[in-house]
Amino acid sequence: MNQLYVPLSRRGFIGAAGAFGGALALAACGGKSTPPGAAGGPSGSAAGGAYNGPNVTLSFWNGWTGADGDYAKKMVSEFNAATKNIKVNMNVFQWADLFQKMPAAVTSGNGPDISAMHGDDIPTQAAQRVIVPIDAIANNLKLSESDFAPAVWQGGIYQNKRYGIPVDVHCLGLFYNKDLFEKAGLDADKPPTNKDEYMNALDKLKSKGIQGSWVSPFQFTGGLMYQSLLWQFGAELFNEDVTKATWDSEGGIAALTFMTDLVKNGYSPKNVGQDADYVALKNGRNALNWQGIWQVNEVTKLSTAKIGLAALPKIGDKGGVWGNSHQFVLPRTQGNDANKVSAAAYFVSWFTQHGADWAKSGKVPAVKKLAESSEFTSIEGLKPFADEVPDVHFPPAVAGISDAMTAMYDAVNAAVLGKSDPASALHSAANKASQILAQNKKKYG
Amino acid sequence: MTTTSEATAVGRPPTKAAGRRVRRSGSLTPYLFLAPYGVLFIGFILLPAIYGIWISLHDYDYLLPHQPWVGLSNYTDLFKSGSRDGADFWRSIRATAIFTVFSVPLLVTIPLAIALLLNRKFPGRTFFRAIFFTPYVLGVAVVGVLFRFLLDPTIGMLNFYLSKVGFSGTTPWTTQVPWAWVGLVGMTVWWTLGFNAIIYLAGLQDISPELYEAAEVDGATAWDKFRNVTLPGLRPVMLFVLTLTLLASANMFGQSFLVTKGAPNNATRTAIYYISQVGLQQYRQGIAAAMSYILALILVLVSLLNFRLFREKDES
Repeated sequence: MNQLYVPLSRRGFIGAAGAFGGALALAACGGKSTPPGAAGGPSGSAAGGAYNGPNVTLSFWNGWTGADGDYAKKMVSEFNAATKNIKVNMNVFQWADLFQKMPAAVTSGNGPDISAMHGDDIPTQAAQRVIVPIDAIANNLKLSESDFAPAVWQGGIYQNKRYGIPVDVHCLGLFYNKDLFEKAGLDADKPPTNKDEYMNALDKLKSKGIQGSWVSPFQFTGGLMYQSLLWQFGAELFNEDVTKATWDSEGGIAALTFMTDLVKNGYSPKNVGQDADYVALKNGRNALNWQGIWQVNEVTKLSTAKIGLAALPKIGDKGGVWGNSHQFVLPRTQGNDANKVSAAAYFVSWFTQHGADWAKSGKVPAVKKLAESSEFTSIEGLKPFADEVPDVHFPPAVAGISDAMTAMYDAVNAAVLGKSDPASALHSAANKASQILAQNKKKYG
Repeated sequence: MTTTSEATAVGRPPTKAAGRRVRRSGSLTPYLFLAPYGVLFIGFILLPAIYGIWISLHDYDYLLPHQPWVGLSNYTDLFKSGSRDGADFWRSIRATAIFTVFSVPLLVTIPLAIALLLNRKFPGRTFFRAIFFTPYVLGVAVVGVLFRFLLDPTIGMLNFYLSKVGFSGTTPWTTQVPWAWVGLVGMTVWWTLGFNAIIYLAGLQDISPELYEAAEVDGATAWDKFRNVTLPGLRPVMLFVLTLTLLASANMFGQSFLVTKGAPNNATRTAIYYISQVGLQQYRQGIAAAMSYILALILVLVSLLNFRLFREKDES
C-alpha cells in the first residue's frame, strides 16, 4: 500500500485529505469549500455534538438482514424525526453482497455515506481504501479506550489509525432447552458452567435418550464454538505478529477433539446440517447449543419451548468466548461534501449513544457504561452475554484475515464430519493459512 | 439459437418466397440488422473477455492502487503442487465434473419422457404442462432454502418420512458424499426439467404427423416410431438441449452454496463456487480470471466434442 501510486484528482485529493480529519474542521466553517489544511480550528460542534448545516440526505448501508434490521430501521426513523436537517436512508444487504457491492460502488463514486461492518472486516476494507480513517470523529466524540472493552476498542484500528466506531458486541452464549433439562431430572435454573457439569448433564440427558449437545460442522456455529474452546484450552489462532496460524497447537487440537468426541460418544448426532443444531434446540431434540446472541429475541418469544440463556461453560481452564463487534465506518466518497461528513458524524454519535436501544435487537452495547445501565440489564436474556464480554476474543486486525480463517473453518468441517482426524485436519489447515498470511502480507503490506 | 430454427426446418419445407422480398441493394442492411446485438455482444461479452485475459496476467485486485504484472504464473500456479489454489481448484473442477456427469443424462432423458407424455391428447394437459414448468420459475435462493430443510440429515422431512417407512432415516443428504450429490442432482432435476421438457415439446410438435401416418401404414410399432421418426426428428433439438444443459450444469453454483456449503470438507464445492470465493471474497481477481479461462477452455472442448458426436451420427 503506497499512497504515492494513487493517481489522485484534485477532488479526490481533497476527499482523501479531508477524510484524514480536515473534513471535520471544514464542516465547522459552514461547509465552504476550503482547501484542506487551511482549516485548523476546533471542530467539536460539528463532529457529533450537533449538526447545524444545511439539509443533507445520507445513505447508510449495512448487512442487518435479520430482526436487527427492523430495530435499525426504527432507530433511523426516530433519528430522522428528531433531526430536521438530516435525512438518513438505510439500505440492507446480505453481508456477503455488501462486501461485493460496496467496494465497486465506492470506486465508481456511488458508495454510501455511512456503513456498518464487523470489526474483522475493517482491516481488509481499509487496506483497499474502501473506508477512510475517522480518528477525528472519535476524538470529537471524546471516545477513549476506557469506555470500551479493550478488544472492542482495538477492533476498530488498522495500522494505528481508527476506521471504526464500535456500536455493539455480539458473542456466543449457552442456549439450553429447559424442558429437556427437566425431563432429564436436571435443575433448569442451573445450566452447566464447567466441563464436569457439562458432561454430567449430557450423561443424564443421554440416559433419557436425548443427544444433548449437537455439533455443527459449519462456521455458524460449529466454527465459532471451536474458537471459543481453543481460547479456553489456552491456545491462540495466530502467533503474535500474525505470520503463522497456531490453531494446530496442543490446545487447538484438544478443542476440536472435544467437539469430535461429542459426536463419537453419541452426545451429538453425526452429520448435522446447517442450523440444524439450533432448530433442534427449539424443537426439543437438542438440549445445549453454543449459539449467537442475535438469536436471543427469537428464543425468548418462543411459546413452544422454554429456552434458558447463560454464559458459555468453561470446558478448558480459561474463559474464552467468540465474539465480534459492529462498527460504524465512513466509506470513501469522491465529492467529499463536508456537510455530509459532519452529519454522518452526528448520526454515528447519536446511534452509539442510543446503544441500549440497539441492544434490544440482541446485542451488548459496545460502550461499557451503557452495558452496565439498568436500561440494558433489564432487557430479557442479555445479561449473561454482557458478563462474558471480558472473555471475548476478536480476530486480529490484519487485512485479508478471513482468507486464513476459512482454512480453519474447513478443518472444523472435515473433522466434525469424520473426514479427517482433528490433528491432521488442523495441521494441514494451519500450513495453508500460514501460506495465505504470507501472501496477504505481500499483497496488503 | 440457430439450432431451433433448424428444428423448424426439419418439420416444414422452407417457404419459397422467403428471402426474395429482402432488397439486396443495401449492402449494409445485414450489418445494420446485426448491429444492436453486435454492440451488446462486443460491449458486454467480447471486450470483457479480452480484458479478462489481461486481468489474469496480473496479481489483480481492482481496489488496490497497483496491480503487479505476474505473467503466466497465475496459470502455472494452478498446475503446481503445494500452491495456494492448485489442489482446491482441481478438486472443484472434479466436483463440477461429477455433478455434470450425473445431472446431464437425467436432464436430457427425463424431460424427453415427460414431453412425450405431455404431447399426447388427454384432459388437463395444459394444467400438467404448467405443473412441470412451475419449479423452473423459482429462483435458486428459494429452491435452495427449500431443499436445505427437506434434505437435512437430522431434521429434514425426507429422512423423517423415510424413517416412517422402515429406513434408518439418518442418510446425510447434505453433509456427506455420495449422498450430497444425490441430493444436489435430484433437486436440480426437479427444478430445471420443466425448461428442457418445454423445448422438447416444441420439437415434438414440429415433427410432421404425416411421417407417423406413413410409419403406421408400414406397420411400425410404437417403439419403431419413436426410434425412427421421433428421435431423428428431435436430433437438432437434442443437440441444443444437451449443449445448454451441459453448460448450465458446469456452471452450477447456487445449489451447493446454499444446500451443502461445500460440505463435507469442500467435496461439493464446484468450480464456479470456488472461483467466486477467490475472486469476490478474497479479492484475487487475477487468479480467479485464470481459473475461469481454464474452465471455459474445458467447456469449449466438451461442447466441440458434443457437436462432433452429433454430426457423426448425422453422417452415418
